[in-house]
Amino acid sequence: MADIAQPLPSTAVAANHWGDLSVRLRRGAEYVAIPLFALAISGFLFSLLLLALGKSPIEFFQLVERGGFGTAFSLQNTLQRSSPLILTALCVALPARIGLVVIGGEGALVLGGFAGAVVAIPLVVGKVSPLLTLCIMAATSMLIGAIWIGIVGYLRYARGVNETISSLLMTYIGIAIMNFFVEGSLRDLTNPNKPSTMPIGDTYMVGHIPGTDVHWGLAAGIVLSIVLYILLSRTTFGFAVRVSGGNPRAALAQGLPVGQLIVICCAIAGACAGLAGFFEVAAIQGRANASLAAGYGYTGILVAFLARHNPLAIVPVAILFGGIVASGGLIERRMGLPDATVLVLQGLTFVVLLMSETLYGRFKIFQVRGAADRT
Amino acid sequence: MSLLGLDRRTFLKSGAASLVAAGTGAKMARAADVSIGIVYVGPRDDFGWNQAHAVAVKALKSLPGVKISEEENVPETDACSKAMESMINLDGANIILGTSFGYFDPFMIDLSKKYAKVEFRHAAPLWNASKHPKNLGSYFGYLNQAHYVDGVAAGLSTKSNKLGFVAAKPIASVLSNINSFMLGAKSTNPKAAVQVIFTGDWSLPVREAEATNALVDAGNDVITCHVDSPKVVIETAEKRGVKTCGHNASQAPLAPKGFITGAEYKWVTIYKGYAADLAAGKTLPNMVSGGYEADMVQNTPFGAGADEPARKAALAAIDGLKAKKPIYVGPLKDNKGNVVISKTYDNLDPFLDQMNYLLEGVQGSIT
Repeated sequence: MADIAQPLPSTAVAANHWGDLSVRLRRGAEYVAIPLFALAISGFLFSLLLLALGKSPIEFFQLVERGGFGTAFSLQNTLQRSSPLILTALCVALPARIGLVVIGGEGALVLGGFAGAVVAIPLVVGKVSPLLTLCIMAATSMLIGAIWIGIVGYLRYARGVNETISSLLMTYIGIAIMNFFVEGSLRDLTNPNKPSTMPIGDTYMVGHIPGTDVHWGLAAGIVLSIVLYILLSRTTFGFAVRVSGGNPRAALAQGLPVGQLIVICCAIAGACAGLAGFFEVAAIQGRANASLAAGYGYTGILVAFLARHNPLAIVPVAILFGGIVASGGLIERRMGLPDATVLVLQGLTFVVLLMSETLYGRFKIFQVRGAADRT
Repeated sequence: MSLLGLDRRTFLKSGAASLVAAGTGAKMARAADVSIGIVYVGPRDDFGWNQAHAVAVKALKSLPGVKISEEENVPETDACSKAMESMINLDGANIILGTSFGYFDPFMIDLSKKYAKVEFRHAAPLWNASKHPKNLGSYFGYLNQAHYVDGVAAGLSTKSNKLGFVAAKPIASVLSNINSFMLGAKSTNPKAAVQVIFTGDWSLPVREAEATNALVDAGNDVITCHVDSPKVVIETAEKRGVKTCGHNASQAPLAPKGFITGAEYKWVTIYKGYAADLAAGKTLPNMVSGGYEADMVQNTPFGAGADEPARKAALAAIDGLKAKKPIYVGPLKDNKGNVVISKTYDNLDPFLDQMNYLLEGVQGSIT
C-alpha cells in the first residue's frame, strides 16, 4: 500500500501555492469544458433534427428554458424531478468507482420504498410519532436497498457473476416481490381498484423544503452527494476503492480487502437507491404500489455516466436532466412534437458525451507542463 | 421569452379561431375562456383506453374558443401533478382531466386543494362528497353495458359455443365486464360459455398474445378482452382466424375479417358537457356517470365478423339498455355455486360496483 500511496509525479510538481492552483484550475477546466462542448454539439445535432422536422430549434430551446428553469414553478418542477435521479445516480456511480457497472438501482428503489411502506404500517396504526416513524422507515428502506445491491456485489466477488446482468435481473425479481405482497397479503382492501399497501396518511408524510414545492429528498440527495464525494476522494477507504477499481489484481497484491470493498460500495449504493424509494413513498405516493417502478433507477444510470461517476457532478447533471424532462410536456403541448422528443435529446446527449470521453488529454491548453518546465 | 409574449400569442390564436368561427357562421356558441388540460398515462394512439379519451378530446378541438393542452405517457407519480400544474401555470388551463386511475390519490386531491379556482375531474368513480374538495370530481361510463351488447352479438357468432376473454386484473370493473359479456351471450345462445384468462397486469403484450393463443387452442372462436390496449389480443386472434369483440376504443381496423363489434366509451358526451358548463359559467357536476341510457358508452360499428342476425340482436339489446332494461336479473350464482346476486338490480346499482365473483357460465378463477 505504501508504494501506491506515493503521490504521482505530475501532482508533485506543484512547487508553490500558485503553481498548485494553476494545475488544479487547468485540470478542473478540462472536466467542465469538454462536457459543455459535448452538450453544445448534441444541441446542434438535435437542432438539425428539429429543422428536418420543420420545427424551430430556437423555439425548442426557449421552451426548455421556460418549462425547465424560467419560472419559479418550472424551476421547482425541475428540482422535484431531479431529486430521485440524484439518489439513483449515486447507486450507479459508487460501484462504478470500484469498477462495477451496476444498473439495478430500480430494484433497490422499489424494494426499499416497499419495505419503508410496510414497516410504517404498525407504526402508523400504533400512533408512533411521525418523526420517529419516518426515521425508522428511511433506515429500513436504506437497509433493504443496501442488502439488495450488496447481494449483487457479493455475487460478483464470491461467485464471479456479472454484476450488470445480475443487478438488472434482480430488478425484475424485486418488482415481482413487491407486486406479490401488494396484490396479496399486504393489500389495502379499502382500495379495490389499485392494489397498494395501506396509506401512511398526511401527518406521516415528508414535507416540503420551506418556501418551495420541493420535498426533502432533494436536500438528502445533495448532502449524500457531498458526503460520498468526500468519502471517495478524501479518505483511505475512498482511496482503496479507487485503487481496487483501477486494478483489482494490483489492489489484492497490495493486501487490500477487495471483496469487502466491493460489497461495501454496493451496499452504500443500494442504500442511496433505497432512500430514493423511501422518498417516493413518504413524500410522493404515501403508499407502496406499482407506481414505484417509474424508471428513476434507469434514468439514474444515464445521469451517473454523464457525471463521469463523480458524486459532485451528479447534482448539476441530474438538475439538467430534470429540467429537460420537466419541459418535455410544454414542448409536447406547444410544438406538437411527440413526447419521445426529449428522450431523443437525452439519448443524443448521452452518445455525444460518451464520445467526448476520447477528448480528454488531447488539448494542450489543459495539460500540466512537465516538471522540467516549472523549475 | 416573456410570459406576455406567449399569452399574447395564445390570445391572438384563440381570438382568430373565434373570428373564423363567427365568419363561417358556426352555430355553436363560442365557449368563453375554456382551456382544458388532459393527461394520459399512455400513448394517444394505443387502440385502447388512452385513445378513447384522445378521440373525444379531438372532437372538442373543433369547438370554437376551446383551448386544449394534452400530454401523453405521464406516469402515475408526481410527474402527473407536475404536468397538470404546468398546464395550469403555463397554459392557463381552467379544467384538468386526469384519465389514469392512480392520478387521483394523492395527486389530484392535493392539487385541487392547492388550486381552488381550477376544476379537476378524474375518470374513475373515486370522488366522495364527504372527503374531497368541491372543485374535484369523477366521471366514468358503465362499459359493461357495451360488453353485454358484445356478448349478444358474440353468442350468435360462435360455432363452438366457446367465447374467450383475456382480462388484466380481477378487479370489480373487469369482473363486471366479463360477467356482462357472458350474460349477453347467454341471452342469445344459452349454450354459450365464456373462458377467461387473467394476465395479471394492464399492459403485458406477450402474456396477452399467449393468453389469446391458449384460448383459441382451447376451441374458443370469439375472443374479447379487457386490457389497456387490446391491439395485441385483436391482432393475434385475427391471425388465428377467429372472430373478435373490441374494448375501450375502436379496433375495427386491426381485424378486417373477424371484427364483430366492440365496447367503447363515449367520453365526448361528458367532455362537451364540461366545456358547455364552463363557457356558461355554471358549476360543473362533481359526479357524472352512466351507460347507454345517458349516451356515455357505445358499440363500435359492426365489422365483417357480424352477420345479419347478430347485428339485429345487438341493436335490439342497445335499445333495451337505453330503456334501462336490467342486465343482472337475479337470482344469479357464481361459478362455485353460491347465490351472489339474489334479486334483479338496476344497471347502475352501486351493489354491482362491488363485484368480486365470476358468474356461473364463466370458466376461470379470480384467485
